[in-house]
Formats: sequence, C-alpha cells, structure tokens
Amino acid sequence: MESLDLEKMSVREINQYLHKTLPGNDVTELEIVNPTGEHNIAVGMDTECTIDVRGHAGYYLGGMNKKANITVHGNVGTGVAENMMSGSVHVKGFASASAGATGHGGTLVIDGDTGLRCGISMKGIDIVVGGSIGNFSGFMAQAGRMVICGDAGEGLGDSLYEAVIYVKGAIKSLGADAQLEEMTDADYEAIQGLLDFAGFDHNPKDFKRVASAKQLYNWNADANQEY
Amino acid sequence: MCGIVGLLIKNEMLRPQIGKMMLPMLIGMTERGPDSAGLAIFGSAAQENERKISLYTFDPEFLWKKLSDDFLDHLGSDVHLRQVANHAVMTTNLGVDLVTIWLKEHYPSVHILSIGQLMEVYKDVGTPAQVAQRYGFEGMSGSHLIAHTRMATESAVTPEGAHPFTAGEDWGLVHNGSFSNPNSIRRMLAHKGIKCVTENDTEAACRFLEWRMREGDDLETALHAGFEELDGFFTLLMGTKDQLALVRDPFACKPAVVAEHDDYVAIASEYRSLAHLPDVKNANIYEPKPEELYIWKV
Repeated sequence: MESLDLEKMSVREINQYLHKTLPGNDVTELEIVNPTGEHNIAVGMDTECTIDVRGHAGYYLGGMNKKANITVHGNVGTGVAENMMSGSVHVKGFASASAGATGHGGTLVIDGDTGLRCGISMKGIDIVVGGSIGNFSGFMAQAGRMVICGDAGEGLGDSLYEAVIYVKGAIKSLGADAQLEEMTDADYEAIQGLLDFAGFDHNPKDFKRVASAKQLYNWNADANQEY
Repeated sequence: MCGIVGLLIKNEMLRPQIGKMMLPMLIGMTERGPDSAGLAIFGSAAQENERKISLYTFDPEFLWKKLSDDFLDHLGSDVHLRQVANHAVMTTNLGVDLVTIWLKEHYPSVHILSIGQLMEVYKDVGTPAQVAQRYGFEGMSGSHLIAHTRMATESAVTPEGAHPFTAGEDWGLVHNGSFSNPNSIRRMLAHKGIKCVTENDTEAACRFLEWRMREGDDLETALHAGFEELDGFFTLLMGTKDQLALVRDPFACKPAVVAEHDDYVAIASEYRSLAHLPDVKNANIYEPKPEELYIWKV
C-alpha cells in the first residue's frame, strides 16, 4: 500500500500525485496519514483506487469524486463528497454541514451524525447516515436516495423534487412540500440494499418514506405566497 | 470569514502553558483571518480592590512612564503599568470610572481595551503569527482565554476593529459572522447611555449582551434576548472570569468544533486548529448544535 503523509507533503502535492502520477501506475490501494483537518484532500479523483484517510479531515474531502472509494477513519468538515459523480466515500466518524451537497452519483456513508443541510440539492447520489442529521437536510434534493438511521432535524426535505428520504427515527419537522408516504416493497428493497452497502444492521420495515407532494412544481397564483 | 479559538485548562499544572498550547490553534486559523488577531486571557488576579485596565496606543514612541507620573501627580495614587509593545496593562485601586474619565481628558490617544480583575486584552492588525509574536502570546499563563483571527468584512481593519470586544468587567467576546442591524442596536443602546466606540457590528452585540446581564439576565437569558434582537450570522465565543460560553445562530452558518479532554476544553472554527493539541486523539470531539448554549466552567 502506498502511503502519503500530510506532514511531509502539502495537500496540493498529494492531489497532484493522485491526479497525475497515479493514473497508469499499478497502485490501487493508498493511505493518507496525518490529515490534521486539512481541506480538499483527495478531491476530483478520476482513477479507480481505494484510499484510506487515517484521521480527521477538513472541508470538501472527496469532492467531485469519480471512481475512487475513499474511507475516512475519523471526522470530516463541511462539504464531504460534494458534487460526487460516482465511487464512494465512507466516513467512520461524524460529518459537518452540507455532506454530499449537489452529488450526482456514487454513495456517501457516514457512520456518525451529520450537521445541517446534508444532501442539499443532491442530484442522484445515495447517502446513508448511521446517526442523526441536522436541520434543513435534503433541501431541494432532485434525485437520489437518503437513508437516515437516527433522527432528522427541522425542515427535512424542503422543496424536494424527485429524491426520496427514508428516516428510521424521529423527524423534528418536514419542510415545505415534503410529505410522508406509504412504503412499498421497492422501498424496503432499496433501503436494504443501501444498508447492506453501508454495513448497517437495521430493519427496513422501521423506516418512513419522505418524498415530494409536488405542489411546488407549478406556480400557483392562488397560493398568495403562503407555503 | 474569521476564525475563533478558545481554550480552558482544567488541569492546573498546565495553566502556565496556556499560551503555548493556544499559539498553534491561533496560527491554524490564519487562512480564515489574516488581517488582525487578538486575545482575551484570564490570568493572574488583581487584588480585590484593584482592577486591571488593558490599554492601547497607536503611538510607538508613547511615554508610558509619563502617564504613570501624571497619574500620581493628578490623582495622588500609584499606578502599576506593565508595557507590552504599544499595549500596557494598568493596575489601579482607584475607581474605573474616575480612571476612564482621567484618561479621556489627559490621554485621549490611549484606548481602553478591557477592564477586569482577571482579564487582559491584546489585539492588533497583522497576521496571527505577527500579533502573537508582538505581544508574547506564547509565554502567557492563565486558566482560560478566547482569541480571534479576523478577515474584515463589515468595518475597517484597525486595532480597535480587531476582536475580542469587551464591555463592563471581565467580559469579552469573539465573533465569526456578521450582524446586519448593528446601527439599530447602537441607537437603542445610546438611549440607555451606552456608547460604542467603533463602527464594528460585534462591538454593538457585545455591549448589548453585557447590558442585558447588567440588567439582571443570566448569560442564557441574555443570549435569548440576543436571538430576538441581533439579526445575522454568528458563532459567538464568550469569556467571563470563570467560564467560557459558545453559541451558534439557528442556521449554524458559521462553523465550530469542540474538543473536550480531561486536561482542557478547546474550541475552534475548524478541526485543523485542534489537531496539534496534546493527546487530542483521546478528546471527545463534537460540533456544537445551533441555538444551543454551551458553557464550560473553570
């Protein structure tokens, strides 16, 4: 396994290695040690490989990821796996605000809690959270699925489009146009698949489905701005 | 942007090293706040009948000796002045109102940064490393402190515009964020005889909270009044003579991370400022929730 040490290399040097040197050589397993909360670690990955980050990372870890499978053995700051295209990011600790924001694809797994605005404007990413998530999560989420094994904060799924959110615990409040819906066999199957991927042991039957009531899709002149 | 830093030492053996432990935390916040820095430290206490007054002057040639001689001549009282670059900490047993009026009349170029029995404030323009070097942050001793690195957005880059801000005695505050209604807060306070000395939004908030507490609110009630009156984004870190307190706005727009260890409690805007603390891997690390008040006692 190739080991990159953030006490000996800068983030820029590590990312340049990952972008320019890694493609085409035989290394498929890497670790990054001493991340010490640095930002932008392993962003824009475009090469198939596994990366283990050993410690707590800062903002935007694995942002724009494509192809890599990244595991963080610690916590992450704001915007982990933001705008991810494919591949996966697995955070063993907690994640700060805006986890998986605008993600197009791939899977983001967070073992602990997340801060506010998790999955904001997600566009196809799957997000599995072992703990609870903060307020305003799933805001304007357009596509993809979010599975929350703990509780959800205020305004969950405000202005949802086609993304679906599954919650096991309590929901403090639903956002505008978000509603609870009947679970179907397809939902149970989807949850089971995502839980299996994350390695979490829960019964899909315990989850609730939150999706868009689709009342905001078209302008309603009679609504008088009262949503 | 701006970065905030707080450190409270639980293990008394480590109190002489608080400055040394804090320095990498402050420097870690340089990218968030490169234009000014400052700290309020709660160190050795003045006598019961004395107060420490932290002073600042723009004039690098300022004659502090003349100030203390004049003080004795005019007020008939010895004053102790400890000079650090263009700051000085005055220790006096005269009433602070009398001293404030005297300073304003005879030394209008000398600014009062803080008053308290324990608290001293040092703040200036420059990178956090430069400011820390100038005022010897590394060698400081104390039980707790709050510190700040500033990226000015709302008012000028001046020493007075740097944080911490103080009001009353042994009360200081650092702020990451911005308030959008400081003018109306200042006007409201002016009617109550409370004057702000800068155009800074944080100063208005600081004086508002101190006023609420002087009126009888405890910190929590004062902050709830603040949620009603102060419009804006904030992570506020506050220091009193025996506690640190932290609160984030309802949208948690500005970051904060806490590391609670058997020996200390450390707070910073980002984990990278906590990463080099001793034995931090055994600390309980968490993000404070929005609108929740966190208090740590010395």
